Amino acid sequence: MSGHSTYVPKSAFGRWFESRLPIMGLIHSSFVVFPNPRNLNYLWTFGGILAFMLVAQIITGVTLAMHYTPHADLAFASVEHIMRDVNYGWLLRYLHANGASMFFVAVYVHIFRGLYYGSYKAPREILWILGVIIFLLMMATAFMGYVLPWGQMSYWGATVITNLFSAFPVVGESIVTFLWGGYSVANPTLNRFFSLHYLMPFMIAGVVILHVWALHVPGSNNPTGVEKKTEKDTLPFHPYFTVKDALALVCFIMLYMWFVFYTPNFLGHADNYIEANPAVTPAHIVPEWYFLPFYAILRAIPDKLMGVLAMFGSIAILAFLPWLDTSKVRSGTYRPVFRVFFWLFAVNAVLLGWLGAKPAEGLYVVASRLSTAYYFGYFVILFILGYVEKPLKLPASIAESVLGKQGSANAMAASAAAAPNTKG
Amino acid sequence: MATTAPEPTRRDFLFIATGAVGAVGIASAIWPFVSQMAPDAATIAAGAPVDFDLTPVAEGQIVKLFWRGKLIFVRHRTAEEIKAAETADVGSMRDPQPDSARVKAGKSPWLVVYGNCTHLGCVPLGNEGAFKGWFCPCHGSVFDTSGRIRQGPAPTNLPIPPYEFVSDTKIRIG
Repeated sequence: MSGHSTYVPKSAFGRWFESRLPIMGLIHSSFVVFPNPRNLNYLWTFGGILAFMLVAQIITGVTLAMHYTPHADLAFASVEHIMRDVNYGWLLRYLHANGASMFFVAVYVHIFRGLYYGSYKAPREILWILGVIIFLLMMATAFMGYVLPWGQMSYWGATVITNLFSAFPVVGESIVTFLWGGYSVANPTLNRFFSLHYLMPFMIAGVVILHVWALHVPGSNNPTGVEKKTEKDTLPFHPYFTVKDALALVCFIMLYMWFVFYTPNFLGHADNYIEANPAVTPAHIVPEWYFLPFYAILRAIPDKLMGVLAMFGSIAILAFLPWLDTSKVRSGTYRPVFRVFFWLFAVNAVLLGWLGAKPAEGLYVVASRLSTAYYFGYFVILFILGYVEKPLKLPASIAESVLGKQGSANAMAASAAAAPNTKG
Repeated sequence: MATTAPEPTRRDFLFIATGAVGAVGIASAIWPFVSQMAPDAATIAAGAPVDFDLTPVAEGQIVKLFWRGKLIFVRHRTAEEIKAAETADVGSMRDPQPDSARVKAGKSPWLVVYGNCTHLGCVPLGNEGAFKGWFCPCHGSVFDTSGRIRQGPAPTNLPIPPYEFVSDTKIRIG
């Protein structure tokens, strides 16, 4: 990772250790002296928030697994056991369940920040694609986790989502039977979902390491989208961004705790407090809120296979975004026409989510189709826009955008004067 | 280069032999890990045929039962429902099947179908929808009194499980 490492161990043991495993130097260059653009706003704090959420989910999840029983006959009761008998079991479960939602809140902010500021563009394509992979892994993990309480929504959510694979011609039915380990969602399904739900967060952690690695090659994008050129464009990661990240994280945790302590079931469904019953589907089955936009796309298409392909395609297309957006200008701040389509896309995504929660009938279906059309249309628009849009004038540097031309010159003088004292 | 030996050399042989053994080894190592995902012996054994007595099923009633963990509807159809199923325009259907292909010969009151929607597996509600057959609340598929898909996203009719009449009032599923 490309911070200029100036790490000098202070103790003899530190020097002895560093010459054998230079991990402290790696941490120092990546998270202490790493030069970040000085103009990062609070939208850039969500990477840190996401790292926190991943760790929080792993800690609460591993603890819950000590009390949970992954068996179709016992799972539902074991969750109630956690809620009623285990010391602070209610807290651990609510932290984990709401933690999943907060994880997605943070990841959606993180994704839309990338979309607005063009963080997916060269040289950050691999970084972006790794992000899409993390997002997919998160979705798989969250889906399987939601199955574990073995309530009605768990069971029927699992049935509907696994049945998506039956849409594929010829092999579809066999795939579904292999996913289930039987002829319907049943105990073998619950067992394997538990195993995978435990595994996947560690896969996410692995891809996160690659994601941070790929980030630290070019460094963070920034609100201007102009690359950092000189030292005056940047500030060291610590203390400037550790403090900024920490402040944002504390605010975010306050929101998280508000859900946990004041309305822990707000984002869940009452039906999931009814044990799974393979003979009755709840009258109104909906996925968790963070899947609703994709669920709406699935339902908008009247054909089963096409619906499934559109749903998977709506995520897969994100991976191609670096090449679908043809504009040379990264940041939406300097793209007046793009900005309009971007905000429409953001509103449209929320609208899709709302439609996903509505019954698939009447005007909702029509609206879902229009909304789905715009979702995919956005990528076509981006492709064309790069050729026709006239962007605003970009600042010459990050420092200039923050301090103005004169201030930028002063900062250069000041930083030159202060240079002997800086640690970095 | 004068040092190039004529092909094939012993090294080529070793390279190909090692690669081939490695490929076979990897494939045979993967096989058990894929195979274990299939329904296990206990699950398959639970698929032994089950007998079901039809006598308590009143006319107009739909009974749910399970075979191999899958939901099955046994519907005792009324004369009106049979008529609706038999006279429907087969040609206009997505998955065209005459009613006679959906029931056993001479047993037209008894419709036996799998109880999961062919779209994404929800349980459709009986006697609902435009054709008073079934209506799936999840994504709006409408089935008629023969379990055939008539409206909505489901691609096929409700499938018929393997079954036979062992007597006039008893069926064996499986």
